[in-house]
Amino acid sequence: MMNCSFAPRSLLLAGAFFGAFTFGAAAQQPANPPAAGAAPAAQPLPPGSPMIGRPDNEAAAKLAPVAPPPLAAAPDKLPLAKLKVPAGFNVEVYAAGMANARSMAQGDKGTVFIGSRLVDKVYAIVNKDGKRSVKVIASGLYRPNGVAFKDGTLYIAELSKVSKIDRIEDNLDNPPKPTVIYDNLPKDEAHGWKFIAIGPDNKLYVPVGQPGNNVLHDDAHGQIRRMNLDGSGAEVYALGVRNTVGFDWNPENKQMYFTDNGRDWLSETVPEDELNRVAKAGEDFGAPFCYQGNIIDQELGWGKDCKNYTAPVGLMGPHTAALGMRFYTGSMFPKSYKNAIFIARHGSWNKSQKQGGDIVVVKLNKDGTVKSIEPFLTGFLEDNKYVGRPVDVMLLKDGSLLVSDDWNGAIYRITYGKSKVAAK
Amino acid sequence: MRKMTVPALLLASFAFSTNAETIQERAAPCFACHGEHGTSETENTPSLGGQQAPYALIQLFMFREKLRVFEPMNEMAKSLTDDDLRAFSDFIATLPKPAPPADAGDAARMARGQALAQQNHCNSCHNTDYSGKENVPHIANQREDYLAKTLAEYKDNSRHGYDATMADVMQPVTKEQIADLAYYIAHYR
Repeated sequence: MMNCSFAPRSLLLAGAFFGAFTFGAAAQQPANPPAAGAAPAAQPLPPGSPMIGRPDNEAAAKLAPVAPPPLAAAPDKLPLAKLKVPAGFNVEVYAAGMANARSMAQGDKGTVFIGSRLVDKVYAIVNKDGKRSVKVIASGLYRPNGVAFKDGTLYIAELSKVSKIDRIEDNLDNPPKPTVIYDNLPKDEAHGWKFIAIGPDNKLYVPVGQPGNNVLHDDAHGQIRRMNLDGSGAEVYALGVRNTVGFDWNPENKQMYFTDNGRDWLSETVPEDELNRVAKAGEDFGAPFCYQGNIIDQELGWGKDCKNYTAPVGLMGPHTAALGMRFYTGSMFPKSYKNAIFIARHGSWNKSQKQGGDIVVVKLNKDGTVKSIEPFLTGFLEDNKYVGRPVDVMLLKDGSLLVSDDWNGAIYRITYGKSKVAAK
Repeated sequence: MRKMTVPALLLASFAFSTNAETIQERAAPCFACHGEHGTSETENTPSLGGQQAPYALIQLFMFREKLRVFEPMNEMAKSLTDDDLRAFSDFIATLPKPAPPADAGDAARMARGQALAQQNHCNSCHNTDYSGKENVPHIANQREDYLAKTLAEYKDNSRHGYDATMADVMQPVTKEQIADLAYYIAHYR
């Protein structure tokens, strides 16, 4: 009954379009055919391959990056009943239906902005007349993971550019297109998506990840840059950064703290992800030569010494993907949480028994070193599978804590005390 | 836009079909290009049989959202609901996987392709038999032209992956190697 009646015509066009990708038989001779009888597995990986270090065994073959479902979960399908918080705290669904909801920022008028990584959208949760609704305020963007807000302006970080929308909260129903302020950035897919934030120095901080699992790279990668809010005056602020997807500033002394993800395929138990503190501009945190402050990399670390790099203040667990983090400066939670850091651990893929997939609270000593790391929000990991994956945390003005979940496309709100449900 | 006239007609019967229709009936237009039972005989067009439902769902979603650009598929998917996407991807996963070829293929090319596939650990995420898992597609016995095209598109990032993995993996792989990899995986037995 059916035939591909349009195929000849459209494929003629498709054929022209894909002409660049068709290979003539004459072009198919490899430059270096493998020697006859050579054991294939013994061949070295090409330099820069993300597979370097991956052992050739059955357990390792079971591990692959975990991709979230593309569709946001319906509100009644969210894993709310499975989530656990310490006694006295409550969790509720704040908003749902935002596919791949990632990093968060709050506007002056209470709008919550949410970036995404695997779709092309920036969302806004709009609070109006005591009701919340979700809007798409920008689309057609490329991996717009990062959002930041200052003085009425929303900043959006895509894979290789940063743009802004002025007076966004006055134009939520018909927002203008973002205006690019900075695009002097590499275009690598690996670790190319960005978290951004504005520091107490009123500068915009923009990371550039290492372009692969464990690679030597040029001096445009593996760093955190900072720049003026118009994109001018960019400079490198921190070096030896493999892939940071979260940072904030200590409210006491204004020092920047950032999470950094350790390399894959070294082992099940190391290296651990890092919580770092920047004491002065220009510090080097070691990647890809030294990980977690005391492991010299097996391939790239020869001739290097961890003592020449700044060690992390906290270790966040192996492969746990410590991402978004915020200091708790609110007044709703008990006093023991004051100036503690909440960190979202997205959860491991490069580990047989998954680890992370939770929010932990890091309490600091007076000198800014880590006193304790405790679980805070758990339950996203069930039978070694994810039912949700937290990406970022953010304080609302009332001191409650929002948590984004890119697996379900949802935002949860954590409150303390007699359950106070936010206005619907 | 003359080239879209006929697909638009097909789309009309596809998108405006009533809910009473079975998924088999609704999927009939897919087979016009993707082949009877989902084994494609159309140039550069993938076989669908044996595909993982989570992978198929991601691709249908990306076509709908124009995150993956191929005009006929963008048109086909644009009016599908989330439930439609789930129904089609679950249905695709029930189709028989494409059959391996009867002949063993060119021994030298198969050896080169196998060496490359092992060297680049394709057999890790995609499984040792290239059957894939979850969001990682079944690639065994996929059409050779489609495999070569797709690998090249991942390498130059003209096809955006759902995540960064394939763009990352393909960086060190040369054009000549892509041809041998595609040949090997298409002829895998």
